[in-house]
Amino acid sequence: MSISVVVVVIVAVLIFGGVGVFLVRPKRGSKLQLGVSSEADVVTGSSERVATTEAERSFDVVEHRRGFEGSLPKSRSLLGAALARMRSKRALGEELWIELEEALILSDVGIDVSVELVGSVKEKVFREGITSTEAAIQLLREEMITKLDRGDRELNTDATPPVVILFVGVNGVGKTTSIGKLAAQLSSQGKKVVVAAGDTFRAAAAEQLEMWAQRSMVEVVKGSPGADPASVVFDAISHAAAVGADCVLADTAGRLQNRQNLMDELRKIRRVAEKASGTVSEVLLVLDATTGQNGLAQAQGFGDAAQVTGIVLTKLDGTAKGGVAFAIEDKLEIPIKFVGLGEGIEDLAPFDPVAFVNEITGDVS
Amino acid sequence: MFEALGGRLEDALSKIRAKARLSEADVEVALREIRTALLEADVNLLVVRSIVDRIREAAVGAMASRSLTPGQQVVKAVNDELTKVLGGESFRLTYASRPPTIILMAGLQGSGKTTASAKLARYFKSQGRSPLLVGADLQRPAAVEQLRTLASQIQVPMFSEWTSPIEVAKGGVAEARRIGRDVVIVDTAGRLTIDADLMEEISATSKEISPNYTFLVIDAMMGQDSVTTAKAFNEALEVDAIILSKLDGDARGGAALSVKEVVGKPIAFASDGEKLDNFGPFYPDRMASRILGMGDVLTLIEQAERTMDEDVAERGAKKLMEGKFDLDDFLEQLRQVKKMGSLKGMLSMLPGVPKELRNVEIDEGELGKIEAMISSMTKKERSDPASIDSSRRARIARGSGTTPANVSALLKQFKEMQKMMRSMGIGPASATKRKAKARPQKKGRKNRR
Repeated sequence: MSISVVVVVIVAVLIFGGVGVFLVRPKRGSKLQLGVSSEADVVTGSSERVATTEAERSFDVVEHRRGFEGSLPKSRSLLGAALARMRSKRALGEELWIELEEALILSDVGIDVSVELVGSVKEKVFREGITSTEAAIQLLREEMITKLDRGDRELNTDATPPVVILFVGVNGVGKTTSIGKLAAQLSSQGKKVVVAAGDTFRAAAAEQLEMWAQRSMVEVVKGSPGADPASVVFDAISHAAAVGADCVLADTAGRLQNRQNLMDELRKIRRVAEKASGTVSEVLLVLDATTGQNGLAQAQGFGDAAQVTGIVLTKLDGTAKGGVAFAIEDKLEIPIKFVGLGEGIEDLAPFDPVAFVNEITGDVS
Repeated sequence: MFEALGGRLEDALSKIRAKARLSEADVEVALREIRTALLEADVNLLVVRSIVDRIREAAVGAMASRSLTPGQQVVKAVNDELTKVLGGESFRLTYASRPPTIILMAGLQGSGKTTASAKLARYFKSQGRSPLLVGADLQRPAAVEQLRTLASQIQVPMFSEWTSPIEVAKGGVAEARRIGRDVVIVDTAGRLTIDADLMEEISATSKEISPNYTFLVIDAMMGQDSVTTAKAFNEALEVDAIILSKLDGDARGGAALSVKEVVGKPIAFASDGEKLDNFGPFYPDRMASRILGMGDVLTLIEQAERTMDEDVAERGAKKLMEGKFDLDDFLEQLRQVKKMGSLKGMLSMLPGVPKELRNVEIDEGELGKIEAMISSMTKKERSDPASIDSSRRARIARGSGTTPANVSALLKQFKEMQKMMRSMGIGPASATKRKAKARPQKKGRKNRR
């Protein structure tokens, strides 16, 4: 079986890669000239809906404050506008289910989970003979909160010190910033924190971490640029053990989950960290709230390589809802542990399922 | 875990393709699946809705017409629609007649602005320009240091000072004039679109330096919010084009399509790797193929060109066309293909690969086995595989450390392959015609480099 597959692949590669050089090239020029005449109609076709949400958002800007509560109003723009229309009709119709499903999709919850959620709410509504729109939405909200009902959101710090916490994720999600914030919080709780500058790839990543560390007065262990990240993490853990620190927060370079060699490197970092400390208490996947359905692939990829124990959902203070985190927790059973809500040192909060669900489903008041 | 969007579309359409008569229900089912496929690829809901609506219109037209193949017409409508949406002209940058050409970079936090700025500078440098990088991100800790390090890696001068973003931008442009640089790239801090102060700040910066181009950096993995973000930046800044970052991930890139549709701005450049030279102009048609799961043959070909020995590849291609491709040629090509990288990666770039095959775990070790088996054959056996009987088969298996069953599988597969190629029209009959056409094209390409 495997041999046949390999042969087929080689042949296909040959045909397209080798022969393709001759056959496909001539077509390229002509393809480039395809028109884009459709653009105009699309914009007008969809602008109405966007316009309403935009208008509402501009009001929200005034109200915008840092923190979960402060960013609540903006969510009305998605579901809230739909609900206002629905409420005037009173009756529960197909339209409501579509609106609900689309609101979930627009929050990046993903189509599978959205259809599933709305389907089960619909069933309950019919079974229980519910007739009001509000009650139906309340049911959806309860359904979502039930799905997020789990007891393992606390940061696991039970291991013998130093407790090792590894931060992983794709590029630009906010790993270094999250470490900076968590380090500050732990240190303000009286914990002695050592930070490992394990991102030896990105230019100035260690400097960025040092600036965070200065603000919160924690120690940073760093290697030279391009050094083996696993060795930096190892050094940090040994140093932490020597000085009697309570925990080690280890940064890693951003990497895309489809890069095999980089995922292997991450495996090694985890292995080495385990060796140095006996156990890695937490592996936190940092996830950008603007991420779409690729978030699932990220959770899966990093989960395979580093056994992710929790999610830090960052940038929730923007317009994105981070619904894919809901899908991840639902499908892959990885709990969301923290949310990032701004650039301030205190803007990392424990995950609150109720507030998160209210963000997505809108605030019915 | 994901099926390619193309695969899903194929499934949706296969149900109606052959139908002689289409019911409204058939079309609705197909449309529903098209919608799902697009949404899973992170195409914005509003964009999906308008695409589906237009396909529905075409389908209704097809049902009304007395055509013999309404199913086919719907399939065509889908293809047309998606190509129209996804395709489009490439972005062309014209340099300012009075240098420097000023470029302003904008985007959300973590979208990849600083890296993209450096990559862009490197690109301009490779085009014979002399860029200056300006670090106006005074917000994120060490952002300026990051840009400075990148600038020194690509040996491009860099300007920044601890004043304010507007002052830095202004100072950067003045500095470029002073030291005679003809392109200025201003990196700015990442900002949220609902942060009124910061949006006001970048808008003021833009007014102050009046850039020739404003590029919005968008993460290829972005979800539904891409449209909101792009619209907000476009309102504050009049974005000229998009730079798509992190395109080397396995996201389907629906964000790219959505942004292009809603804001109507082309994607100028794309970044597809961590190295500073993994960056270049964006080809919409390639992205179209990628989103549709039709593979990315052009990228594959480029990869082949980079790594394959041209003579060997040409020899193989010629033999294939003439139908004289034997196991010896196969071995030679196999060694070439091995140089190109992982088979799984290449498989993902191929069009029309069935989904069963896409999900198969490919054991790269099998390549070595095949190589060993062919190497254990005599010259005659290689050119005439039919001559391999059971005793020869046993000998080959012994010689290569495999089993006779492995050898049989290989031979059978090779035979299948020959059959397949003949059915594809690659064979003696059409070879001369095609080659005559392709040749001059190839020479032209050489001259351009």
